[in-house]
Amino acid sequence: MRHVSRFFSRYLIWIYSILAFAFLLVPIAYTIVFSFNDYRRSNITWRGFTLDNWINVCNAQGVCEAFANSILVGVVATLLATTLGTMIAIALVRYRFKFRNATTLLLFLPMATPEVVLGAGLAAEFLTAGVQKGALTVILAHTMFCVSFVVVTVRARVAGIDPALEEAGRDLYASPAQVFLRVTFPLLLPGIIAAALLSFALSFDDFIITNFNSGAFVTFPKFIYTAAARGIPAEANVIASAVFFIAIIFVVVSQLSAAARRKRLAKQG
Amino acid sequence: MAFGAFSGTATPVAVEPVARKRSKVALILLLPGILYLGLFFLVPFVQLIITSLQAPGLDIGLYVNAFKVDNYAIVIQSYGSHIARSFGYALIATILALAFSYPLAYFIGVKLRRFPLLQALGLTLVIAPFFISFLLRTFAWKQVFSDEGAVVTGLKALSLMGSGDHFTGTPAAVIFGLTYNFIPFMTLPIYTSLEKLDLRYVEAGNDLYASPTKTFLFITVPLSMPGIVSGSLLTFIPAAGDYINASGQFLGGSDTQMIGNVIEKNFLELQNYPAAAALSLILMAAILVLVGIYVKRSGTEDLI
Repeated sequence: MRHVSRFFSRYLIWIYSILAFAFLLVPIAYTIVFSFNDYRRSNITWRGFTLDNWINVCNAQGVCEAFANSILVGVVATLLATTLGTMIAIALVRYRFKFRNATTLLLFLPMATPEVVLGAGLAAEFLTAGVQKGALTVILAHTMFCVSFVVVTVRARVAGIDPALEEAGRDLYASPAQVFLRVTFPLLLPGIIAAALLSFALSFDDFIITNFNSGAFVTFPKFIYTAAARGIPAEANVIASAVFFIAIIFVVVSQLSAAARRKRLAKQG
Repeated sequence: MAFGAFSGTATPVAVEPVARKRSKVALILLLPGILYLGLFFLVPFVQLIITSLQAPGLDIGLYVNAFKVDNYAIVIQSYGSHIARSFGYALIATILALAFSYPLAYFIGVKLRRFPLLQALGLTLVIAPFFISFLLRTFAWKQVFSDEGAVVTGLKALSLMGSGDHFTGTPAAVIFGLTYNFIPFMTLPIYTSLEKLDLRYVEAGNDLYASPTKTFLFITVPLSMPGIVSGSLLTFIPAAGDYINASGQFLGGSDTQMIGNVIEKNFLELQNYPAAAALSLILMAAILVLVGIYVKRSGTEDLI
């Protein structure tokens, strides 16, 4: 008996964690499984396995347009936010300037503001300014909330660069532009890529801010929200599942390559 | 670094910025981004203040600038219960997420330390829900807990639920959804703190005859406080403003509407912009006050 209880207290956290992981995965598994459902009107009860939804993914009206819109918004907002955010991150780490604390606060606040407030504020601004809601307003909104996340991500990377590397470049008579392009930028690149991926993920999955500022423009989350009232087509599950698999592959590959790099460095050191 | 913990990168070393002469470069680097945030973050706030004080105009959806402070009293009176409910739900969800996440973060950050690949796998599993649409994963729970679903029929068969009872549409369902959706925001920062935990402190506690409970309460928990603080903020803030989980199409019902739901309804359906703006500012002010107190009390002042 004592043996059993010792076994349990020793492995309790293992058992708990495995159950916790399983719990986290429930809705993912549900979404993926129901992407293969041979559904009729609503994709709620299981009616049998089919690949039709995957093969003819654009059959459900509007789902592919919504997906394409989300990709467009995500790419443009990511490019804008990554550029603006990287510039700020470099300035924050490398330069001393007035209003430094005010700048940090301005960057922190968008992350601490509930999305519904950000969305309503922008919508009120666009309404007063007479700007027609559409793709442009959604892109402007997404860029805004992505900038801070880019700064936080890239800043860590800038702070990690050994200044001696850039000094070496200058000692070897490289111009400031050459130092930046040949030394600083390549060192920053992993951080910039991570920031861009984070931006894209945030933009792609955003619903609340989009809902306030999109008008008749439909993104993928908005499509699901509208469809939820009458039944979400399995084709939406197909797209979400495909995106999920691509993202997971990204993460696994990047983690494996990071692990390989650590191993290599450990060997050298 | 509270919110940085979420970005998944290492904490930046606090390097004192080197004084440089070319501050013009700094200006060029900063200006576009700062102007952008000014135009699309600060100006909207000013606009919310102006809108929240507007008075009705000649037609529905038309308002004129005024100084109608009454608007605030009106929304507090009509939506006071929604405001209280939002903070109540968000608070319970934060506590539940903390209780769920702490052991899991401890497991990944401490127990899996010796197995880097398993640790990476654990982290991937925690963030995996982020990669499937927020709306679809919430909808999935709605289906799992539907009246025809296995969970509800099972509970009814065991007489743990009355035959006429539902789970979806109840406060418990909304709180469940909020908890689930924001668990990764709680687990990741705590993991970041625990991963750096120097186990020699714990050993020292054991050597000095502290019980495992004491060691945990007086060594492990205080050392992971920064993670607990940022995780709680990252869960509480979006949960208080969320309106998807509480929406009738997802896990909520007519009795579970939160402040986000009424802001959306007033802005997008009723075109009552002043009410929506006043509610937004009340939500923001309440969150800033709560965050301020919380951060001050737990002593983590550097947030970014």
